[in-house]
Amino acid sequence: MAADLLRVVDVALAYERHEGSFTAVDGVSLVVREGERFVLFGPSGCGKSTLLQAMAGFLRPSRGSIELDGKPVLAPGPDRVVVFQEFDQLLPWRTVLGNVAYPLRVARGMAAAQAKAEALRYVELVGLAGFAQAHPHQLSGGMKQRVAIARALALSPRILLMDEPFASLDAITRRKLQDDLLAVLRAARTTLLFVTHSVEEAVLLGDRILVLTSTPGKVRGMVDNPAAGSRHTASAVQVQRAVDELLAG
Amino acid sequence: MSPRARWTLAKVAVVAALLAIWELATRAFHVSPLLFPPASTVLRAFARSVENGQVPGYAAQSLQVLLAGMGIAAVLTLALTGVAVTTRTGSAVLETLTSMFNPLPAIALMPLSLLWFGLGTGSLIFVVVHSVLWPMSLNTYTGFVTVAPTLRKVGQNLGLRGWHFVAGILLPAAFPHILTGVKIGWAFAWRTVIAAEMVFGVAGSQGGLGWFIYQNRFEMNTELVFAGLVTVIVIGLLVENLLFRWLERATVVRWGMSAPQR
Repeated sequence: MAADLLRVVDVALAYERHEGSFTAVDGVSLVVREGERFVLFGPSGCGKSTLLQAMAGFLRPSRGSIELDGKPVLAPGPDRVVVFQEFDQLLPWRTVLGNVAYPLRVARGMAAAQAKAEALRYVELVGLAGFAQAHPHQLSGGMKQRVAIARALALSPRILLMDEPFASLDAITRRKLQDDLLAVLRAARTTLLFVTHSVEEAVLLGDRILVLTSTPGKVRGMVDNPAAGSRHTASAVQVQRAVDELLAG
Repeated sequence: MSPRARWTLAKVAVVAALLAIWELATRAFHVSPLLFPPASTVLRAFARSVENGQVPGYAAQSLQVLLAGMGIAAVLTLALTGVAVTTRTGSAVLETLTSMFNPLPAIALMPLSLLWFGLGTGSLIFVVVHSVLWPMSLNTYTGFVTVAPTLRKVGQNLGLRGWHFVAGILLPAAFPHILTGVKIGWAFAWRTVIAAEMVFGVAGSQGGLGWFIYQNRFEMNTELVFAGLVTVIVIGLLVENLLFRWLERATVVRWGMSAPQR
């Protein structure tokens, strides 16, 4: 059994709104193991993105604790790189190559030439070698997300946190990126925590799927997914049904 | 012909038409050259004073004051807005100061400036700093506070803190606003420096273009007064159409952070 990498214990997340304090997540506990692909699945408003923000260190839990490698998560850091849903997560003033190389210089302390060579490797890995010198505004949404994935992987984080990165893409592009992500992850062996509200995506990507219910977000249950990596197979459909039934209660 | 070239040609045509009307009208109505010399006389006087080094010398003096003022204002802008985006007190200070001082004409500060810095470049620089600091700060601050939250998070995610965060994320992300601030600042500074030199010039500082204009009016060299004004216009056009256009194309247009321009 692989070692525990990320441990979330009885976490509650609340933020202030005009009407008062709003509890997005209440009493969630989970453990992500080293090397696995873990999916947080739930309907809109179940606090799964909020939970990811807390794991990334952008939010402090109002109760409970989050630990990475046994150390409490107190602030954002490059050991937990986030791929956001928004297309504007790339630095518009840097080229594709620059967007991947710059983080290596500032967060990993690489020399410029080394960072560039390393960045090029990852830009090639996501299939954008021909666009290395392009600026983000010249790319499609799918290509921007590929760059964001390359940037995240290049940093070789302890865990890759993906917050519905394909939700704003058209269905065809989304499928392609899902398949390519699987291939890239197989090569990079990075631990993944992936947030989604699509049951097909959850079953395609997750070795284990944690199902959350909404307002406030609570754990409904965990589904082990032997069908990970496959679409439309009998076992994938079976797991999808299991997830749906768990959600419906 | 490209639309851009056609647009440039249209602008040139407007200038040519103005010059032609000027030339014909002054000759047709026999206007006294002491009041309004014809365009050809003014252009000849302009060419002569460029050739003999007079206009370039005065212009260099004005530009030197202007650049010194804008440089100091840029440093102050960075400091003020830097504090304003990181602390609540700082933003209150910046907002109060800009709303107090932005409407105050630079010329109105000149008596005080003379009192504090005496006759000379120091006084000129002071009023230039005042005229550009507030519009530049306002724009830069707007740029900082409107940086996309996702970009901020990306910076934090990379572990960027303090100055590294400002230089790596905030400054480039706010650059379109900063550039607008610099353009407005340049226009304000240029007007202020010419106006201020007219006041200081009489009082005997080494002269800039404002002083050149004022002095020649005094000596009834009207064509040189016009030549001075032409210089002010030409420098303004060059900076706006060459320097700033180039800067925009090398940055915000290339980065897709502004609508492409003609």
